[in-house]
Amino acid sequence: MILLAISLSLILEKVILIAVILGASLGIAMYSTWAERKVAAIMQDRRGPMRAGPFGLFQPLADGLKLFMKEEIIPAVSSKFLFVLGPSIAMLMACMTSAVIPWGPDIPKADGSVISLQVADINIGVLFIFGVVSLGVYGVMIGAWASNNKFSLMSGLRAASQAISYELAMGISLIALVMMTGSLSMREIVDQQHGFWANGYFTWNFFKQPLAFLIFIVCAFAELNRAPFDLAECESELIGGYHTEYSSMKLGFYLFSEYINMFISSVILSSLFFGGYNYPGMDIVAAHVSPLMVSLIGVMVLLGKAICFIIFFMFIRWTIPRFRYDQLMNLGWKSLIPLALFNMLATGGVILYFFNDK
Amino acid sequence: MTYNISKKAKEVDRHPMTFLERIYLPAIAKGLKITLGHMFIKRPTINYPEVKRPFSSTFRGLHVLNRDEEGRERCTACGLCALSCPAEAITMEAAERLPSESHLYREEKYAANYEINMLRCIFCGLCEEACPKDAIYLSQTFAPANYERKGFIYKKDDLLIPMTAEMESKKEKSTQH
Repeated sequence: MILLAISLSLILEKVILIAVILGASLGIAMYSTWAERKVAAIMQDRRGPMRAGPFGLFQPLADGLKLFMKEEIIPAVSSKFLFVLGPSIAMLMACMTSAVIPWGPDIPKADGSVISLQVADINIGVLFIFGVVSLGVYGVMIGAWASNNKFSLMSGLRAASQAISYELAMGISLIALVMMTGSLSMREIVDQQHGFWANGYFTWNFFKQPLAFLIFIVCAFAELNRAPFDLAECESELIGGYHTEYSSMKLGFYLFSEYINMFISSVILSSLFFGGYNYPGMDIVAAHVSPLMVSLIGVMVLLGKAICFIIFFMFIRWTIPRFRYDQLMNLGWKSLIPLALFNMLATGGVILYFFNDK
Repeated sequence: MTYNISKKAKEVDRHPMTFLERIYLPAIAKGLKITLGHMFIKRPTINYPEVKRPFSSTFRGLHVLNRDEEGRERCTACGLCALSCPAEAITMEAAERLPSESHLYREEKYAANYEINMLRCIFCGLCEEACPKDAIYLSQTFAPANYERKGFIYKKDDLLIPMTAEMESKKEKSTQH
Protein backbone atom coordinates (compact mmCIF):
# COMPACT_ATOMS: atom_id res chain seq x y z
CA MET A 1 0.00 0.00 0.00
CA ILE A 2 1.36 3.36 -0.95
CA LEU A 3 0.53 5.95 1.63
CA LEU A 4 2.33 8.85 0.10
CA ALA A 5 2.71 8.77 -3.66
CA ILE A 6 4.82 11.61 -4.93
CA SER A 7 4.53 12.30 -8.58
CA LEU A 8 7.56 14.05 -9.99
CA SER A 9 5.53 15.77 -12.68
CA LEU A 10 3.21 17.19 -10.02
CA ILE A 11 6.15 18.65 -8.11
CA LEU A 12 7.56 20.08 -11.31
CA GLU A 13 4.20 21.60 -12.15
CA LYS A 14 3.92 23.21 -8.73
CA VAL A 15 7.48 24.50 -8.74
CA ILE A 16 6.95 26.11 -12.13
CA LEU A 17 3.62 27.53 -10.97
CA ILE A 18 5.17 28.97 -7.80
CA ALA A 19 8.02 30.50 -9.78
CA VAL A 20 5.63 32.05 -12.29
CA ILE A 21 3.29 33.39 -9.61
CA LEU A 22 6.10 34.88 -7.52
CA GLY A 23 7.72 36.36 -10.60
CA ALA A 24 4.44 37.79 -11.80
CA SER A 25 3.49 39.28 -8.45
CA LEU A 26 6.95 40.83 -8.06
CA GLY A 27 6.75 42.21 -11.58
CA ILE A 28 3.28 43.61 -11.07
CA ALA A 29 4.31 45.09 -7.72
CA MET A 30 7.30 46.67 -9.45
CA TYR A 31 5.15 48.28 -12.08
CA SER A 32 2.61 49.29 -9.46
CA THR A 33 5.21 51.74 -8.17
CA TRP A 34 5.46 53.16 -11.66
CA ALA A 35 1.68 53.20 -12.06
CA GLU A 36 1.26 54.89 -8.70
CA ARG A 37 3.46 57.77 -9.81
CA LYS A 38 1.73 58.00 -13.13
CA VAL A 39 -1.74 57.97 -11.57
CA ALA A 40 -0.70 60.59 -9.03
CA ALA A 41 0.81 62.71 -11.78
CA ILE A 42 -2.25 62.46 -14.00
CA MET A 43 -4.53 63.52 -11.18
CA GLN A 44 -2.33 66.46 -10.32
CA ASP A 45 -1.96 67.59 -13.93
CA ARG A 46 1.66 66.51 -14.06
CA ARG A 47 3.42 64.07 -16.34
CA GLY A 48 5.07 61.68 -13.89
CA PRO A 49 8.18 59.68 -14.72
CA MET A 50 9.18 60.47 -18.31
CA ARG A 51 12.96 60.21 -18.51
CA ALA A 52 13.86 56.56 -17.83
CA GLY A 53 12.88 54.82 -21.04
CA PRO A 54 9.70 55.43 -23.04
CA PHE A 55 7.02 56.88 -20.72
CA GLY A 56 9.43 56.30 -17.84
CA LEU A 57 8.90 52.55 -18.07
CA PHE A 58 12.38 51.76 -16.73
CA GLN A 59 11.79 53.90 -13.64
CA PRO A 60 11.21 50.86 -11.33
CA LEU A 61 14.53 49.37 -12.49
CA ALA A 62 16.29 52.66 -11.79
CA ASP A 63 14.66 52.82 -8.35
CA GLY A 64 15.68 49.26 -7.55
CA LEU A 65 19.25 49.95 -8.63
CA LYS A 66 19.31 53.08 -6.51
CA LEU A 67 18.06 51.22 -3.43
CA PHE A 68 20.72 48.53 -3.93
CA MET A 69 23.50 51.12 -4.19
CA LYS A 70 22.48 52.99 -1.04
CA GLU A 71 24.43 52.60 2.17
CA GLU A 72 23.05 49.95 4.46
CA ILE A 73 22.61 51.54 7.87
CA ILE A 74 21.76 49.58 10.99
CA PRO A 75 21.46 51.98 13.93
CA ALA A 76 23.92 51.24 16.75
CA VAL A 77 21.16 51.34 19.37
CA SER A 78 18.85 49.02 17.46
CA SER A 79 18.20 45.39 18.15
CA LYS A 80 20.16 44.06 15.21
CA PHE A 81 18.55 40.67 14.69
CA LEU A 82 15.01 41.99 14.90
CA PHE A 83 15.95 44.97 12.76
CA VAL A 84 16.78 42.61 9.92
CA LEU A 85 13.91 40.27 10.72
CA GLY A 86 11.27 43.00 10.34
CA PRO A 87 11.49 43.62 6.58
CA SER A 88 12.11 39.92 5.97
CA ILE A 89 8.82 38.98 7.64
CA ALA A 90 6.99 41.72 5.77
CA MET A 91 8.29 40.47 2.43
CA LEU A 92 7.81 36.77 3.22
CA MET A 93 4.23 37.21 4.37
CA ALA A 94 3.42 39.36 1.37
CA CYS A 95 4.59 36.58 -0.96
CA MET A 96 2.99 33.71 0.96
CA THR A 97 -0.64 34.71 0.52
CA SER A 98 -0.57 33.98 -3.18
CA ALA A 99 -0.34 30.23 -2.48
CA VAL A 100 -4.05 29.59 -2.00
CA ILE A 101 -5.37 31.84 -4.74
CA PRO A 102 -6.86 30.01 -7.73
CA TRP A 103 -5.32 31.84 -10.67
CA GLY A 104 -7.43 30.21 -13.36
CA PRO A 105 -9.65 27.26 -14.29
CA ASP A 106 -7.93 23.86 -14.48
CA ILE A 107 -6.11 23.14 -17.71
CA PRO A 108 -7.00 19.63 -18.96
CA LYS A 109 -4.07 17.49 -20.11
CA ALA A 110 -4.17 14.89 -22.90
CA ASP A 111 -4.33 11.93 -20.48
CA GLY A 112 -7.42 13.21 -18.75
CA SER A 113 -5.78 14.68 -15.67
CA VAL A 114 -5.70 18.42 -15.09
CA ILE A 115 -3.09 21.04 -14.32
CA SER A 116 -4.38 23.08 -11.43
CA LEU A 117 -3.56 26.79 -11.54
CA GLN A 118 -3.48 26.95 -7.77
CA VAL A 119 -0.46 26.16 -5.64
CA ALA A 120 -2.46 24.56 -2.82
CA ASP A 121 -6.20 24.02 -2.70
CA ILE A 122 -6.53 23.86 1.06
CA ASN A 123 -10.05 23.72 2.43
CA ILE A 124 -9.45 26.63 4.81
CA GLY A 125 -8.01 28.98 2.17
CA VAL A 126 -9.79 32.05 3.51
CA LEU A 127 -8.55 31.38 7.03
CA PHE A 128 -5.02 30.86 5.69
CA ILE A 129 -5.13 34.26 3.99
CA PHE A 130 -6.37 35.88 7.18
CA GLY A 131 -3.67 34.24 9.23
CA VAL A 132 -0.86 35.26 6.89
CA VAL A 133 -2.15 38.80 6.50
CA SER A 134 -2.26 39.18 10.29
CA LEU A 135 1.31 37.90 10.54
CA GLY A 136 2.32 40.59 8.02
CA VAL A 137 1.69 43.21 10.70
CA TYR A 138 4.47 41.62 12.75
CA GLY A 139 6.93 42.77 10.11
CA VAL A 140 5.92 46.36 10.73
CA MET A 141 5.73 45.96 14.50
CA ILE A 142 9.08 44.19 14.88
CA GLY A 143 10.84 46.60 12.54
CA ALA A 144 9.35 49.57 14.36
CA TRP A 145 10.31 48.27 17.79
CA ALA A 146 13.80 47.19 16.76
CA SER A 147 14.60 50.65 15.37
CA ASN A 148 14.69 52.06 18.91
CA ASN A 149 13.17 55.29 17.69
CA LYS A 150 10.17 56.84 19.41
CA PHE A 151 8.48 57.75 16.14
CA SER A 152 8.96 54.26 14.76
CA LEU A 153 7.60 52.76 17.97
CA MET A 154 4.56 55.03 17.80
CA SER A 155 4.00 53.90 14.24
CA GLY A 156 4.33 50.25 15.20
CA LEU A 157 1.70 50.72 17.92
CA ARG A 158 -0.59 52.40 15.46
CA ALA A 159 -0.13 49.69 12.87
CA ALA A 160 -0.87 46.99 15.44
CA SER A 161 -4.00 48.64 16.82
CA GLN A 162 -5.22 49.46 13.32
CA ALA A 163 -4.71 45.90 12.16
CA ILE A 164 -6.55 44.48 15.16
CA SER A 165 -9.46 46.89 14.80
CA TYR A 166 -10.01 46.35 11.13
CA GLU A 167 -9.34 42.63 11.01
CA LEU A 168 -12.38 42.13 13.24
CA ALA A 169 -14.73 43.90 10.88
CA MET A 170 -13.08 42.23 7.91
CA GLY A 171 -13.52 38.79 9.42
CA ILE A 172 -17.15 39.38 10.37
CA SER A 173 -17.97 40.72 6.91
CA LEU A 174 -16.48 37.58 5.43
CA ILE A 175 -18.50 35.34 7.76
CA ALA A 176 -21.62 36.53 5.95
CA LEU A 177 -20.02 35.54 2.68
CA VAL A 178 -18.87 32.18 3.99
CA MET A 179 -22.36 31.42 5.35
CA MET A 180 -23.63 31.85 1.82
CA THR A 181 -20.95 29.85 0.04
CA GLY A 182 -20.75 27.19 2.74
CA SER A 183 -17.05 26.74 2.10
CA LEU A 184 -13.74 28.25 3.16
CA SER A 185 -11.87 26.95 0.13
CA MET A 186 -10.91 29.70 -2.29
CA ARG A 187 -11.33 27.36 -5.26
CA GLU A 188 -14.88 26.48 -4.27
CA ILE A 189 -15.86 30.09 -3.55
CA VAL A 190 -14.66 31.12 -6.99
CA ASP A 191 -16.27 28.14 -8.72
CA GLN A 192 -19.62 28.97 -7.18
CA GLN A 193 -19.51 32.30 -9.03
CA HIS A 194 -19.23 30.50 -12.36
CA GLY A 195 -20.06 32.62 -15.39
CA PHE A 196 -21.86 35.85 -14.76
CA TRP A 197 -25.59 35.15 -14.94
CA ALA A 198 -27.39 32.00 -13.80
CA ASN A 199 -30.98 31.18 -12.78
CA GLY A 200 -32.12 34.76 -13.31
CA TYR A 201 -29.53 36.29 -11.04
CA PHE A 202 -25.92 37.48 -11.09
CA THR A 203 -23.57 34.80 -9.84
CA TRP A 204 -20.85 37.09 -8.53
CA ASN A 205 -20.83 37.53 -4.76
CA PHE A 206 -20.67 41.30 -5.06
CA PHE A 207 -24.32 41.36 -6.14
CA LYS A 208 -25.35 39.12 -3.26
CA GLN A 209 -23.26 40.79 -0.57
CA PRO A 210 -22.66 44.45 -1.51
CA LEU A 211 -22.48 45.54 2.12
CA ALA A 212 -19.91 42.86 2.94
CA PHE A 213 -17.90 44.04 -0.05
CA LEU A 214 -18.00 47.64 1.12
CA ILE A 215 -16.85 46.70 4.61
CA PHE A 216 -14.23 44.36 3.20
CA ILE A 217 -12.71 46.93 0.85
CA VAL A 218 -12.55 49.63 3.56
CA CYS A 219 -10.83 47.12 5.84
CA ALA A 220 -8.51 46.14 3.00
CA PHE A 221 -7.38 49.75 2.74
CA ALA A 222 -6.69 49.74 6.47
CA GLU A 223 -4.88 46.39 6.37
CA LEU A 224 -2.70 47.58 3.53
CA ASN A 225 -1.70 50.69 5.50
CA ARG A 226 -2.60 52.77 2.48
CA ALA A 227 -4.08 56.23 2.39
CA PRO A 228 -6.55 57.27 3.74
CA PHE A 229 -5.53 54.86 6.52
CA ASP A 230 -1.73 55.20 6.29
CA LEU A 231 -1.50 56.27 9.92
CA ALA A 232 1.50 53.99 10.37
CA GLU A 233 3.76 55.90 8.03
CA CYS A 234 2.12 59.28 8.33
CA GLU A 235 4.97 61.56 7.20
CA SER A 236 3.52 64.70 8.75
CA GLU A 237 3.40 63.27 12.26
CA LEU A 238 5.83 60.36 12.43
CA ILE A 239 8.59 61.29 9.93
CA GLY A 240 8.43 58.00 8.00
CA GLY A 241 6.79 55.82 10.61
CA TYR A 242 8.15 52.32 11.01
CA HIS A 243 10.69 52.66 8.21
CA THR A 244 12.26 55.90 9.48
CA GLU A 245 15.52 54.15 10.43
CA TYR A 246 15.63 51.86 7.43
CA SER A 247 17.76 52.42 4.38
CA SER A 248 18.88 50.64 1.24
CA MET A 249 17.16 47.38 0.29
CA LYS A 250 15.62 46.85 3.73
CA LEU A 251 13.57 49.98 3.12
CA GLY A 252 12.97 48.65 -0.37
CA PHE A 253 11.60 45.42 1.09
CA TYR A 254 9.10 47.33 3.23
CA LEU A 255 7.91 49.50 0.36
CA PHE A 256 7.87 46.60 -2.03
CA SER A 257 5.96 44.30 0.30
CA GLU A 258 3.31 46.99 0.51
CA TYR A 259 2.85 46.86 -3.24
CA ILE A 260 2.83 43.07 -3.34
CA ASN A 261 0.19 43.16 -0.61
CA MET A 262 -1.83 45.57 -2.67
CA PHE A 263 -1.69 43.25 -5.68
CA ILE A 264 -2.57 40.18 -3.63
CA SER A 265 -5.46 41.86 -1.87
CA SER A 266 -6.74 43.08 -5.23
CA VAL A 267 -6.70 39.48 -6.40
CA ILE A 268 -8.44 38.35 -3.21
CA LEU A 269 -11.08 41.05 -3.59
CA SER A 270 -11.79 40.02 -7.15
CA SER A 271 -11.78 36.31 -6.22
CA LEU A 272 -14.12 36.66 -3.28
CA PHE A 273 -16.53 39.23 -4.66
CA PHE A 274 -16.03 39.66 -8.38
CA GLY A 275 -15.95 36.09 -9.58
CA GLY A 276 -12.19 35.60 -9.75
CA TYR A 277 -11.34 34.09 -13.11
CA ASN A 278 -15.00 33.80 -14.12
CA TYR A 279 -16.27 35.97 -16.92
CA PRO A 280 -19.50 36.30 -18.87
CA GLY A 281 -19.72 33.79 -21.70
CA MET A 282 -17.06 31.38 -20.48
CA ASP A 283 -19.32 28.40 -21.24
CA ILE A 284 -19.59 29.53 -24.85
CA VAL A 285 -15.80 29.69 -25.08
CA ALA A 286 -15.54 26.23 -23.52
CA ALA A 287 -18.05 24.77 -25.96
CA HIS A 288 -16.81 26.41 -29.13
CA VAL A 289 -13.11 27.15 -28.73
CA SER A 290 -11.09 25.01 -26.31
CA PRO A 291 -10.78 24.44 -22.56
CA LEU A 292 -7.20 25.74 -22.73
CA MET A 293 -8.52 29.03 -24.07
CA VAL A 294 -11.01 29.20 -21.18
CA SER A 295 -8.12 28.95 -18.74
CA LEU A 296 -5.95 31.49 -20.53
CA ILE A 297 -8.75 34.03 -20.80
CA GLY A 298 -9.63 33.27 -17.17
CA VAL A 299 -6.12 34.14 -15.97
CA MET A 300 -6.17 37.34 -18.02
CA VAL A 301 -9.60 38.25 -16.65
CA LEU A 302 -8.42 37.73 -13.07
CA LEU A 303 -5.35 39.88 -13.67
CA GLY A 304 -7.51 42.51 -15.37
CA LYS A 305 -9.85 42.67 -12.40
CA ALA A 306 -6.89 42.88 -10.03
CA ILE A 307 -5.36 45.72 -12.04
CA CYS A 308 -8.68 47.58 -11.93
CA PHE A 309 -8.64 47.24 -8.15
CA ILE A 310 -5.03 48.40 -7.95
CA ILE A 311 -5.90 51.50 -9.95
CA PHE A 312 -8.89 52.04 -7.68
CA PHE A 313 -6.61 51.80 -4.63
CA MET A 314 -4.35 54.42 -6.16
CA PHE A 315 -7.29 56.60 -7.09
CA ILE A 316 -8.48 56.63 -3.51
CA ARG A 317 -4.99 57.30 -2.19
CA TRP A 318 -4.58 60.46 -4.24
CA THR A 319 -8.11 61.67 -3.58
CA ILE A 320 -8.86 61.32 0.11
CA PRO A 321 -6.84 62.93 2.91
CA ARG A 322 -5.56 60.83 5.78
CA PHE A 323 -7.93 60.07 8.65
CA ARG A 324 -7.19 61.35 12.12
CA TYR A 325 -6.34 58.63 14.62
CA ASP A 326 -9.58 58.94 16.59
CA GLN A 327 -11.60 59.03 13.36
CA LEU A 328 -9.88 55.82 12.31
CA MET A 329 -10.79 54.09 15.56
CA ASN A 330 -14.35 55.46 15.48
CA LEU A 331 -14.86 54.20 11.95
CA GLY A 332 -13.49 50.78 12.78
CA TRP A 333 -15.15 50.09 16.12
CA LYS A 334 -18.31 52.18 16.04
CA SER A 335 -19.31 51.87 12.39
CA LEU A 336 -17.77 48.97 10.56
CA ILE A 337 -18.04 46.30 13.24
CA PRO A 338 -21.74 46.97 14.05
CA LEU A 339 -22.43 47.15 10.32
CA ALA A 340 -20.63 43.86 9.73
CA LEU A 341 -22.49 42.25 12.64
CA PHE A 342 -25.78 43.48 11.22
CA ASN A 343 -24.87 42.13 7.81
CA MET A 344 -23.96 38.78 9.32
CA LEU A 345 -27.24 38.52 11.24
CA ALA A 346 -29.30 39.61 8.24
CA THR A 347 -27.58 37.09 5.98
CA GLY A 348 -28.08 34.38 8.56
CA GLY A 349 -31.77 35.28 8.88
CA VAL A 350 -32.33 35.26 5.13
CA ILE A 351 -30.59 31.91 4.75
CA LEU A 352 -32.56 30.44 7.65
CA TYR A 353 -36.00 31.55 6.45
CA PHE A 354 -35.74 31.45 2.66
CA PHE A 355 -33.08 28.90 1.78
CA ASN A 356 -33.60 26.33 4.53
CA ASP A 357 -34.14 23.06 2.67
CA LYS A 358 -34.41 20.84 5.75
CA MET B 1 -20.06 105.95 10.46
CA THR B 2 -18.01 103.13 11.90
CA TYR B 3 -16.83 100.29 9.74
CA ASN B 4 -18.74 97.19 10.66
CA ILE B 5 -16.45 94.22 10.20
CA SER B 6 -19.07 91.70 11.19
CA LYS B 7 -21.01 92.37 8.02
CA LYS B 8 -17.98 91.46 5.92
CA ALA B 9 -17.17 88.28 7.80
CA LYS B 10 -18.60 85.07 6.44
CA GLU B 11 -20.45 83.09 9.03
CA VAL B 12 -18.98 79.68 9.71
CA ASP B 13 -21.39 76.85 9.07
CA ARG B 14 -21.57 74.80 12.26
CA HIS B 15 -24.70 72.79 11.68
CA PRO B 16 -24.53 69.19 12.91
CA MET B 17 -23.64 66.78 10.14
CA THR B 18 -26.51 65.19 8.30
CA PHE B 19 -26.70 61.45 7.85
CA LEU B 20 -25.33 61.60 4.31
CA GLU B 21 -22.39 63.70 5.48
CA ARG B 22 -21.72 61.34 8.34
CA ILE B 23 -21.50 58.20 6.25
CA TYR B 24 -18.86 60.03 4.18
CA LEU B 25 -19.38 57.92 1.05
CA PRO B 26 -21.04 60.68 -1.05
CA ALA B 27 -18.12 62.95 -0.17
CA ILE B 28 -15.69 60.27 -1.36
CA ALA B 29 -17.62 59.93 -4.60
CA LYS B 30 -17.46 63.69 -5.05
CA GLY B 31 -13.73 63.67 -4.48
CA LEU B 32 -13.25 60.82 -6.93
CA LYS B 33 -15.25 62.77 -9.50
CA ILE B 34 -12.89 65.71 -9.15
CA THR B 35 -9.75 63.63 -9.49
CA LEU B 36 -11.26 61.70 -12.37
CA GLY B 37 -12.00 65.00 -14.10
CA HIS B 38 -8.33 65.91 -13.85
CA MET B 39 -7.42 62.90 -15.98
CA PHE B 40 -8.80 64.67 -19.02
CA ILE B 41 -7.41 68.13 -18.41
CA LYS B 42 -4.71 69.16 -20.84
CA ARG B 43 -1.46 69.28 -18.92
CA PRO B 44 0.49 72.53 -19.16
CA THR B 45 3.92 70.87 -18.79
CA ILE B 46 6.06 70.65 -21.91
CA ASN B 47 8.98 68.22 -22.24
CA TYR B 48 11.54 70.98 -22.20
CA PRO B 49 14.69 69.89 -23.97
CA GLU B 50 12.71 68.07 -26.68
CA VAL B 51 9.94 70.62 -27.02
CA LYS B 52 10.62 74.30 -26.63
CA ARG B 53 8.14 77.04 -26.02
CA PRO B 54 8.62 79.83 -28.59
CA PHE B 55 9.78 83.22 -27.36
CA SER B 56 7.71 86.30 -28.11
CA SER B 57 8.85 88.34 -31.10
CA THR B 58 10.09 91.09 -28.78
CA PHE B 59 12.16 88.77 -26.59
CA ARG B 60 15.48 90.34 -25.56
CA GLY B 61 18.22 87.77 -25.20
CA LEU B 62 21.99 87.59 -25.70
CA HIS B 63 23.70 90.52 -27.41
CA VAL B 64 25.07 90.31 -30.91
CA LEU B 65 27.64 92.63 -32.46
CA ASN B 66 26.59 93.26 -36.02
CA ARG B 67 28.58 93.45 -39.23
CA ASP B 68 27.75 95.47 -42.31
CA GLU B 69 26.95 93.89 -45.67
CA GLU B 70 30.67 93.57 -46.49
CA GLY B 71 31.37 91.76 -43.24
CA ARG B 72 33.04 94.72 -41.50
CA GLU B 73 32.37 95.39 -37.81
CA ARG B 74 29.94 98.23 -37.42
CA CYS B 75 30.96 99.23 -33.89
CA THR B 76 32.92 102.43 -33.62
CA ALA B 77 33.51 102.26 -29.88
CA CYS B 78 31.68 105.48 -29.17
CA GLY B 79 30.71 104.19 -25.73
CA LEU B 80 27.06 105.21 -25.91
CA CYS B 81 25.93 101.70 -25.11
CA ALA B 82 28.13 101.57 -22.03
CA LEU B 83 26.84 105.00 -21.03
CA SER B 84 23.21 104.02 -21.46
CA CYS B 85 23.59 100.70 -19.67
CA PRO B 86 21.78 100.95 -16.30
CA ALA B 87 23.56 97.87 -14.98
CA GLU B 88 27.00 99.00 -16.11
CA ALA B 89 27.62 95.68 -17.76
CA ILE B 90 29.46 96.92 -20.87
CA THR B 91 33.12 97.92 -21.06
CA MET B 92 35.15 98.62 -24.16
CA GLU B 93 38.53 99.84 -25.35
CA ALA B 94 38.78 101.91 -28.51
CA ALA B 95 41.56 101.75 -31.08
CA GLU B 96 42.33 103.60 -34.31
CA ARG B 97 41.97 101.72 -37.57
CA LEU B 98 45.15 101.23 -39.58
CA PRO B 99 44.91 101.77 -43.36
CA SER B 100 45.45 98.08 -43.95
CA GLU B 101 42.45 97.19 -41.74
CA SER B 102 39.76 99.00 -43.71
CA HIS B 103 38.29 95.70 -44.79
CA LEU B 104 37.82 94.69 -41.13
CA TYR B 105 36.26 97.77 -39.57
CA ARG B 106 33.72 100.11 -41.09
CA GLU B 107 34.65 103.25 -39.15
CA GLU B 108 38.05 104.83 -38.49
CA LYS B 109 37.74 104.00 -34.82
CA TYR B 110 36.85 100.54 -33.64
CA ALA B 111 36.46 98.51 -30.45
CA ALA B 112 39.67 96.64 -29.72
CA ASN B 113 38.07 95.02 -26.69
CA TYR B 114 34.38 94.74 -26.02
CA GLU B 115 33.02 92.92 -22.99
CA ILE B 116 29.53 92.38 -21.63
CA ASN B 117 29.10 90.88 -18.20
CA MET B 118 26.01 88.72 -18.58
CA LEU B 119 25.65 88.39 -14.81
CA ARG B 120 25.19 92.14 -14.52
CA CYS B 121 23.14 92.62 -17.66
CA ILE B 122 19.41 93.02 -17.11
CA PHE B 123 18.54 92.58 -20.79
CA CYS B 124 16.69 95.90 -20.93
CA GLY B 125 17.78 96.62 -24.50
CA LEU B 126 18.85 100.23 -23.85
CA CYS B 127 22.21 99.56 -25.54
CA GLU B 128 20.37 98.56 -28.66
CA GLU B 129 18.35 101.79 -28.48
CA ALA B 130 21.41 103.95 -27.86
CA CYS B 131 23.66 102.61 -30.64
CA PRO B 132 23.97 105.14 -33.49
CA LYS B 133 25.64 102.62 -35.81
CA ASP B 134 23.14 99.74 -35.50
CA ALA B 135 26.04 97.70 -34.18
CA ILE B 136 24.49 95.97 -31.15
CA TYR B 137 21.36 93.90 -31.13
CA LEU B 138 19.64 91.66 -28.63
CA SER B 139 19.05 88.21 -30.10
CA GLN B 140 16.45 85.51 -29.35
CA THR B 141 18.73 83.20 -27.38
CA PHE B 142 19.63 83.44 -23.71
CA ALA B 143 22.91 82.98 -21.90
CA PRO B 144 23.60 79.28 -21.28
CA ALA B 145 24.62 78.05 -17.85
CA ASN B 146 28.29 78.07 -16.90
CA TYR B 147 30.44 76.64 -14.14
CA GLU B 148 32.40 79.83 -13.47
CA ARG B 149 31.67 83.50 -13.13
CA LYS B 150 34.26 84.44 -15.70
CA GLY B 151 32.41 82.29 -18.21
CA PHE B 152 29.64 84.85 -18.15
CA ILE B 153 31.86 87.71 -19.25
CA TYR B 154 31.38 87.65 -23.00
CA LYS B 155 34.30 88.90 -25.10
CA LYS B 156 34.09 90.46 -28.52
CA ASP B 157 34.70 87.08 -30.19
CA ASP B 158 31.69 85.62 -28.38
CA LEU B 159 29.46 88.49 -29.37
CA LEU B 160 30.36 89.11 -33.02
CA ILE B 161 28.04 87.37 -35.43
CA PRO B 162 29.84 85.03 -37.81
CA MET B 163 30.36 86.06 -41.42
CA THR B 164 27.77 84.77 -43.82
CA ALA B 165 28.56 83.53 -47.33
CA GLU B 166 26.86 86.60 -48.75
CA MET B 167 29.16 88.88 -46.76
CA GLU B 168 32.19 86.90 -47.92
CA SER B 169 31.31 87.30 -51.58
CA LYS B 170 30.62 91.04 -51.21
CA LYS B 171 33.88 91.47 -49.32
CA GLU B 172 35.80 89.79 -52.14
CA LYS B 173 34.16 92.10 -54.69
CA SER B 174 35.04 95.22 -52.68
CA THR B 175 38.69 94.20 -52.25
CA GLN B 176 39.01 93.48 -55.97
CA HIS B 177 37.98 97.05 -56.78
